[in-house]
Amino acid sequence: MTIDKQIGSARGPGERGQDAAIAFRLDHASGVPTYLQLVQQVEHALRLGYLGQGDRLPTVKEVVSSLAINPNTVLKAYRELEHRGLAAGRPGQGTFVRGAPATAGLAELTTLRKSLLAWLRSADAAGLDEAGMVALFTSALRDFHDRRGEAPGPVPRGDAGPGTAAEGAEGVA
Amino acid sequence: MNVIEAAGLGKRYRRSWALRDASLAVPAGHVVALVGPNGAGKTTLLHLAVGLTAPTAGRVTVLGGVVPGTPAALDQIAFVAQDAPLYRNLSVADMLHLTRNLNRRWDQRRAEARLAELAIPLRRKVGRLSGGQQAQLALTLALARRPALLVLDEPLSSLDPLARHDFMASVMAAVAEDGVSVVLSSHVLADLERVADYLILLSAGQVQVAGEVDDLLAGHRMLAGPAEAAGDVAERLAVVHVHRAGALAHLLVRSNGAAEPAPSGWESSPVGLEELVLAYLREPGAGALPGPSARATQDSGVPA
Repeated sequence: MTIDKQIGSARGPGERGQDAAIAFRLDHASGVPTYLQLVQQVEHALRLGYLGQGDRLPTVKEVVSSLAINPNTVLKAYRELEHRGLAAGRPGQGTFVRGAPATAGLAELTTLRKSLLAWLRSADAAGLDEAGMVALFTSALRDFHDRRGEAPGPVPRGDAGPGTAAEGAEGVA
Repeated sequence: MNVIEAAGLGKRYRRSWALRDASLAVPAGHVVALVGPNGAGKTTLLHLAVGLTAPTAGRVTVLGGVVPGTPAALDQIAFVAQDAPLYRNLSVADMLHLTRNLNRRWDQRRAEARLAELAIPLRRKVGRLSGGQQAQLALTLALARRPALLVLDEPLSSLDPLARHDFMASVMAAVAEDGVSVVLSSHVLADLERVADYLILLSAGQVQVAGEVDDLLAGHRMLAGPAEAAGDVAERLAVVHVHRAGALAHLLVRSNGAAEPAPSGWESSPVGLEELVLAYLREPGAGALPGPSARATQDSGVPA
């Protein structure tokens, strides 16, 4: 993509590791505590493949300079990420992404998303509404679990849209 | 170390008390929101803490027992008064020069670096800077003194939303970088909700609530239930404020953590900071002074 090229050439090769791999934003109306919003954004980016192992999270100063929030809020979010095993602090260097929730690469995700969209279109053509699609997906997911001999994971809520059903399966908890 | 400690502190102007019987113990390392309606005594408390005025009653110390106004206190405290007073006819560079000569501690490199970062030209007259730039200049002068405590009186009141955000971002960056303790006053809580981790609520010259925000939120619950049973609940729990609407009553109660079960028939939910502050403002007789300040004064008491 052209945008990637511009960023790459402006900063030069080899410098990419220096830049923070994610920029946070806040939704003041969501009612979700600020630190939790930061945690969720990292999880979300990991799950969708925008963040990966070894990526550097922004420093506390970088975050507070852009969001105008208390530094302790950022520290709390990073502690929570460490607690969940998703990030680790390296003294004097910053906080880095450690484990990621098991997920495919960005390319695989794009392919999977495309086939899911194709499935949604055919379900729509068959006359299923969104709640019906979610119900079908959920029950198929349960079958899949049973066949693999695992206990079914948390089930996406009925009100989740079809687009979020896939991540909802992991994200509800 | 407590950055501000007060016991029985009071200030009287002629016949009326601007601040009365204030007892506080604000630990270091916090961003403190000093909130309250206009005329509640916020500026008076700040002036007492920075040594601009002397108490009529009681005593106040800063930064671990230092008397306000003494050289030791002046060196470590930076105060930006309301509307960031600056000399409008001086250039920015002259303003730096003046402040450097009036203070024993001064970091010229830091001041110039900050102004460059903010794209504030050194040769421009102060009076020709925008409101946001003037506020940033006042903050730059304060931070160049490398204070341990930064006191800002209504820093946001004259700024537009973007300038507010940028100003608070600058303050928070200084907190992250230097670990400076900050006290900010505002009559608008929403301005400070996301930056403060310690709250002091002043009302009619008295400290009504003081404590760490997380503790205050954890120490209060909102109960919703039948209005006719509200009296029974009030007998058993410390109710701060009752709001009745028809058959439904909302009670803001003090609680010992979320583990405490709600009375049967009542639904319990967490409270937000704004909700909590409003409830206390509506009940001038109620007070919440948990944490270290509790030993300085007896709780003014919630009607139980």
